[in-house]
Amino acid sequence: MNALTTALGQMFDFETTAELLNFGFVQNALLAAAALGLVSGVLAPLVVARKMSFAVHGTAELAFTGAAAAALLGGGIGPGALIGAVVAALLLGLLGQRGHERDSVTGAILSFGLGLGVLLLWLNPERTSNKFSLLIGQIVGVDSLGVNLLAGCSGAVLVVLAFLYRPLLFASVDEGVAEARGVPTRVLTPVFAVLVGVATALGVYTVGALLVLALMVTPGLAAARVTASPVKATVLSVLFAEAAALGGIVLSLSPGAPVSAFVTIISFVLYLVCRGIGAVRLRRAGRIGQPATA
Amino acid sequence: MSEELETRSEQGARQETAQEAGQEAEPESGPDAEIADPPAGPAASPAASSAPAVQLRGAGLAYGPRQLWSGLDLDVRPGEFLAVLGPNGSGKTSMLRVLLGLQELSSGSVAIAGGPARRGSHRVGYVPQQRAVEATLTVRGSDLVGFGLDGHRWGVGLPGLRERRRRVREALQAVDAEELAKKPLGLLSGGEQQRLRVAQALVGDPAVLLCDEPLLSLDLAHQRRVSQLISRQARERGAAVLFVTHEINPVLPEVDRVLYLVGGRFRVGTPDEVMNSATLSELYRTDVEVARVGGKLVVTGTEDADHHVAEKGQR
Repeated sequence: MNALTTALGQMFDFETTAELLNFGFVQNALLAAAALGLVSGVLAPLVVARKMSFAVHGTAELAFTGAAAAALLGGGIGPGALIGAVVAALLLGLLGQRGHERDSVTGAILSFGLGLGVLLLWLNPERTSNKFSLLIGQIVGVDSLGVNLLAGCSGAVLVVLAFLYRPLLFASVDEGVAEARGVPTRVLTPVFAVLVGVATALGVYTVGALLVLALMVTPGLAAARVTASPVKATVLSVLFAEAAALGGIVLSLSPGAPVSAFVTIISFVLYLVCRGIGAVRLRRAGRIGQPATA
Repeated sequence: MSEELETRSEQGARQETAQEAGQEAEPESGPDAEIADPPAGPAASPAASSAPAVQLRGAGLAYGPRQLWSGLDLDVRPGEFLAVLGPNGSGKTSMLRVLLGLQELSSGSVAIAGGPARRGSHRVGYVPQQRAVEATLTVRGSDLVGFGLDGHRWGVGLPGLRERRRRVREALQAVDAEELAKKPLGLLSGGEQQRLRVAQALVGDPAVLLCDEPLLSLDLAHQRRVSQLISRQARERGAAVLFVTHEINPVLPEVDRVLYLVGGRFRVGTPDEVMNSATLSELYRTDVEVARVGGKLVVTGTEDADHHVAEKGQR
C-alpha cells in the first residue's frame, strides 16, 4: 500500500518528470508512442465495427511468440514480433474466413501461440527481465532504430488504409451489398487483418502483448459511444489513443512504474466517460433501448 | 432521363439481334418449362415500348449435377414490378446473384439494360434483407446511402464531395428519410433502415432494382410502406424491380407479374394467371389450394412440397 501511495505522489512530481523528459530514451519512447497512438487510433473504429477485438488479442499473443522466437535465435525483437503478427493475421484470416467460426479458431490459435512463446522463453538462456517486457511492455527500451521501424510501419499502414478505407467501411456495414456493388470483400478481409497485425506488432514492441487491446480497441469503442460519424469517430479515436499512449508514458516516468498500467487506465477512463456521455445523448434523443432488432 | 432511356433501348436492340443470331437453336426446356408470353394487360406501363431492363434467354443454373432451373426466358420491362416467388432452395436468390454478376449461368444468356451482367455495375441497385446492426457502428444514414454511390471506390473520397452530398440528399428525400441522415444506423428501426437501403440502391440511378426479401422481419405497416416506396420510385425512374419474396401479400398491389419457381419448374404471368389452384398444383405436383380472402391470397398445401424441395435444397 505504501508503494502505491509513493507512486501516486511521484506521479505528480512534475519536476522529476520534466527532468526525465530531457533524456533521449524518453523522447524516443514518446515518439514511438505517438506513432503507435496514431495508427491504432485510426484502426480502432474499424476493428470495433468488424468485431475483431478477439482477433487482435490473438494476433498480439502470436506477435509475442514471434518476438520470443527472435530473442532465442538472436534476432531483433521488433522484426520478430512483426513477423509473428503478420503470420497470425494471415492464419486467422485464412482459417476463420467464415464469421461464425472466427472466434473459436482465434481461441485455438491464440492458446497454441502463447504456449509456444512460453516454451521459447524457457529455452532462452538469457536473463529474463527482457522476456517479461514482451508481455507488459517496455517502451523506454525502444532505441532510435526502433523508432524508425515504428514510424515506417505506421506510415505504411496508414497509406494502405487510406486506399482501402471506403470499401472496407462499406463491407463492415453490409458485406452482402458491398460484394454486390463490386467490393472484393474476400481480399479486403485478410489485407485488413495484416494491417491490424502490423499495428499489433508495434504495440507488442512498446506496450506489450497483454495490453494491445487498450490502444487497438478501447479508443474506437469510446469514440463510437459519442459519435456515429466515421470521420469524427476516427479523429476522436486517435485523440484517445494518443492521450493514453503519451499520457501513460509521462505519468509513469517519475514513479518508474510500468507504462502499460497507465496506458490502460487512461484508455479505460476515457471509455467510461464516453459511455456516460453516450447514455445522456441517447436519452435526449429519446430512443434509448430501441436498437434495431430483427 | 429520356436520353438515358434511349441509350438503353439502343443497346438493348443491339443485344437482342446479336442474341437472335447466336441462338438459333431452341433453348432446351423441360416438360414443365413455359416460355413467358410477352407481358400484356394491366401491366403495361408508360415505358412498355422500350428495351427490357432484364433479359434472360434459355437461362439455366446448375450447381454441379443439380439443376436449379433451366430454359428460362424472361423479359422485364423498365418500370415493371416482378415478384419472384417459390419455396426455399428453388433458386430465387441464385437468380439475383446471376443478375448481380456474382454467379455465372450454366446455360443461356443474361442482359441487364442491354449490357452484360457484371459485378458492381451501376445499372443494378440491390436491396438486401433487413438485419440487425451494431449500435457501435460509426455509420449514419447519409453514410449508408453514400455507399450506394461510391462505397466500392478506393480511397477516402474527398474529391467530388459536394456532388456526392447533393445526390445523397436527393435520394434521402425520395424515401422520406431526410431526418435519418445524421442518425446512427444502429439506433434506427428495421423499417427506417430498409428505407435507407432503398435510397442506397436508388442513389446510383439503376436500370434494375434487385430486392432480396427486403420486407423480412418488418412489421406490417413498414412492409406496406417500404414496398410502396420501392414500387413508386422504380416506376418514376423507369427502373425494373425484381422482388424476391416468400410472401406475396404485402407486395400484391404493386406486382405486375409473378415468376414462380418450384423445384426446377417455373411459371411467369400476372398474379391472376399464376396464383391460382390449377397452376400452383401443377408446379408443386400436388394439390394446392389458392383462395382470395379479403384481398389476400391464401395458399395451402405447399408445405410438403416445400419440405421436399428444401431437402434437395441449395448448398
